[in-house]
Amino acid sequence: MSVNAKQLISDFKNGLWQENPIFRLVIGMCPTLAVTNTMVNGLAMGLATSFVLISSEIVVSLIKKLIPGDVRIPSYILIIATFVTFVDYFLKAFYPSIAASLSLFVPLIVVNCLILGRQETFASQNPVHRSFADALGMGIGFTWALLLLSAVRELFGMGSMFGLQILGDWYRPMVIMVLPAGAFITLGILIAIMNVIGKNATNDTTCH
Amino acid sequence: MSEFTQLVLLFFGTVFVNNFILVRFLGICPFLGVSKQVETAMGMGLATTFVMTLTGAATWLINTYILEALNLPFLQYVSFIIVIASLVQFVEMFIKKTSPVLYKSLGIFLPLITTNCAILGLALLIPLNGYSFIGSTVFGFGAGIGFTLAIVLMAGLREKLEFGDVPGVLKGVPVTLIIAGIMAMAFMGFSGLITI
Repeated sequence: MSVNAKQLISDFKNGLWQENPIFRLVIGMCPTLAVTNTMVNGLAMGLATSFVLISSEIVVSLIKKLIPGDVRIPSYILIIATFVTFVDYFLKAFYPSIAASLSLFVPLIVVNCLILGRQETFASQNPVHRSFADALGMGIGFTWALLLLSAVRELFGMGSMFGLQILGDWYRPMVIMVLPAGAFITLGILIAIMNVIGKNATNDTTCH
Repeated sequence: MSEFTQLVLLFFGTVFVNNFILVRFLGICPFLGVSKQVETAMGMGLATTFVMTLTGAATWLINTYILEALNLPFLQYVSFIIVIASLVQFVEMFIKKTSPVLYKSLGIFLPLITTNCAILGLALLIPLNGYSFIGSTVFGFGAGIGFTLAIVLMAGLREKLEFGDVPGVLKGVPVTLIIAGIMAMAFMGFSGLITI
């Protein structure tokens, strides 16, 4: 395998675990907590964010030389906001029920610090193919973390997964799990578990 | 109900019942990131309240007189984020010129506010809820006070936590999230108190 391909694979794998946006970097917390009450919402949010992340990293890394340093952050935000508008209209047209349940959090992808952070730290310094690999890895990393969190919350909160009833009548749903309080507590416990698995408990919020 | 009573209810409803952080999940990043000390949390809270109040007023004006008047709803996200970014820049320059003391205490927080999703969330909620101009301003102010309340309470708890015996794996982010969960449970007690 050439050095180039190895580089691409390591860029891709970085987001899956090493720098997983949710469990390791602890960024992009607002959608993470807000839309993971059901697995369908979690998956939709993960895919929408991944799409915006991949498209904007490609565009930013293509035009990085044209953007003057002083106005780079506003430029990134405008590029991101354009793709977010696109996703928002797509969801409203084809999946109106998902768009309704995600409501405010689709437009709020604009200010998801995961996306802006990747433009600043990766796409603005690396060529297109590496930015694509990075965005794909980060997107999948974000999506699986959302899915895991929403799986735990939906299973305990409603006894179902993807809307299908898994646990029988004997199970009394813990409503707290689908409410805000349950989101915070579940994520706290999951991060603690990931710290045990990953050993190096060094996560701290890097962007505010 | 008189208009004034309605505004007062809107204010308290936004601070307690629909608290931006603990009920709506907006502004979690600064809530986790800037809540280590009460003093900095207070600074962040005040700077955010200031920007939020102005954002409430500015977005209502832009939305009513430009976006709705010209029928350009698809430019909402792009224009709101530009409004917020320039507002933050303007506030920063204004405070720097007029009050160096205030600038010293709030200055470092201002650039962070642009990417605070509570602000954009506020801007997007205003057209959704159909507030009046004054209603939007009160809504922005209430959201800021609610944000300050939650972040200062959290900072107070975390300062005490420094002396607590927290199990190794829970140190840092996990225990903070669990405390936030318990705070959210406490705020659930306010739900249904005010219905607007």
